Amino acid sequence: MLSSEEWQAVRLTLAVAARAVGFGLPVAVLTAWLLARARFPGRSVLNALVHLPLVLPPVVTGWLLLIVFGIRGPVGALLDDWFGVRLVFTTAGAALACAVMTFPVMVRAVRLALEAGDPGLEEAARTLGAGRLDRLFSVTLPLASPGILMGAIVGYATCLGEFGAVITFAANIPGETQTLPLAIYAALQAPGGEARAATLSLVSIVLALIGLLLSEWVGRRLNLALGR
Amino acid sequence: MSFSLRVRHRFPGAGIDAAFEAPTPGVIALFGPSGAGKSTIINAVAGLLRPDLGHVVLDDHVLADSASGVWLPPETRRMGLVFQNARLFPHMSVATNLRFGLRRAGPGRIGFEEVVALLGLGGLLGRRPRTLSGGERQRVAIGRALLAQPRLLLMDEPLASLDAARKAEILPFLGRLKSALRIPILYVTHALEEVVQLADTLVLIEAGRVAAAGALSDIAARADLPLARRDDAGAVLAARIAAHDEEHRLTRLDAGGATFWVPLVDAAPGLDLRIRIPAREVILARQAPEAISVHNIIPGTTRAIAEDAPRRAALVEIALPRGALLSRVTPDAVTKLGLEPGAPVLALIKSMTIEVLVS
Repeated sequence: MLSSEEWQAVRLTLAVAARAVGFGLPVAVLTAWLLARARFPGRSVLNALVHLPLVLPPVVTGWLLLIVFGIRGPVGALLDDWFGVRLVFTTAGAALACAVMTFPVMVRAVRLALEAGDPGLEEAARTLGAGRLDRLFSVTLPLASPGILMGAIVGYATCLGEFGAVITFAANIPGETQTLPLAIYAALQAPGGEARAATLSLVSIVLALIGLLLSEWVGRRLNLALGR
Repeated sequence: MSFSLRVRHRFPGAGIDAAFEAPTPGVIALFGPSGAGKSTIINAVAGLLRPDLGHVVLDDHVLADSASGVWLPPETRRMGLVFQNARLFPHMSVATNLRFGLRRAGPGRIGFEEVVALLGLGGLLGRRPRTLSGGERQRVAIGRALLAQPRLLLMDEPLASLDAARKAEILPFLGRLKSALRIPILYVTHALEEVVQLADTLVLIEAGRVAAAGALSDIAARADLPLARRDDAGAVLAARIAAHDEEHRLTRLDAGGATFWVPLVDAAPGLDLRIRIPAREVILARQAPEAISVHNIIPGTTRAIAEDAPRRAALVEIALPRGALLSRVTPDAVTKLGLEPGAPVLALIKSMTIEVLVS
């Protein structure tokens, strides 16, 4: 049904999304916690920064990433010098672009869950001798876990469709950075590639549906397990 | 050993400035209407609210002292707090909830099995908080707070959200807790029956201030306090069962340095309990009447007389060798008997009207 090249694009897409969520989610949880609970100067600036990729044209996000993480960019040069890591035009770079693009979605889901939590339970944990980190891991995060998991699943599903930032920052290299949307784009550019584009689009739709249904089901199960 | 507190804090539109001292161990009841500032005091003791000015000392442990800048955070204070609405962790079983504070405090004087037995939690251990009744939840919350090995147990209207049947289910547990684990308890309530059952020290809170504080038996019999103007006002005395008179179905009690007869009590002689004598049931006389059904004719001395204008009544405080009685009569009766502070008087009390509280 799918050619080996097409399978490669599917596998690559799933792997890139997994890396993006794997690295992005912990940062998203921390950021959401800061935004939901902490009061510090520059909070609204952080909030705006987090949401920026949601409103910027993806190609601008990709270009900004190039400037910062490019081989001569401030962060990219350091990564190259110290660790020999290059992000531009690599799979890791595609994952980074995906992570940045889906970051607002994940932060939002986690933050909503944190804000819906009962602060009274944390007070109770405090009087029972639990310090700040202890409370975070024993009460706050477990109770927010449905939101965190939903954030991960929705983030993952969004990653599968990321296009503009990925193609700008990581380029369209088959087997390296060519995820499903990029493969579809490439197929449409090539003469007679419509059939291939249609097959890949179908795969995209199926993956997206699975993601959405999964998030519904997992959310319900978790809420039950948490006694709600 | 003692507990001493001074809290001053301003809220928008309201303020609290309260100070009192009480002996420990024992139950200190903060009693007053809703919104008087009782919960503010509890939160300041727990450390959840940092007042503008605070001084909290329990048995030489300084928990807070604005003057020297001491402020222990709640997680290091070891104050077990039982909230009005239990606040059990919904994602943990009852057993895990119970062990939450225990794991962090380390094993101490109060053991898991002991608390489970004391509060009757044996059948609930594997269940989730969601599946418990309100009364069961509150019992688990009390157990969880106790197992954190608190220096002081704080209870913020623990029975307020329960119906009468659930209250009656938990009150005996609280009584047992008090006698079994000699742990000081600060108990906030606006229900007089809980005060009468549990309190050793009574602190009356009115509009953010301490209206009166002292031993329950002293405060309950004070004619000058708003407490005496309640319909159900009455003295509370510590009592001990002296003997049973099975033939006449009576029990003799020693209380306040006097002898009281009450309907036969289902408990062994020597047991300590409390009696409450409603002020409206105490008849006053200068001479002992003859051929009368009243069993209790208690001699005392008039200590104070106060007016209860809305009821057209007078409140008479009668000193006993230990403690006092309170009587609500007409001002006319006071005049006829020639009562004044220092005058001897007899208090006539029907056995049937004495409330015997076995804790």
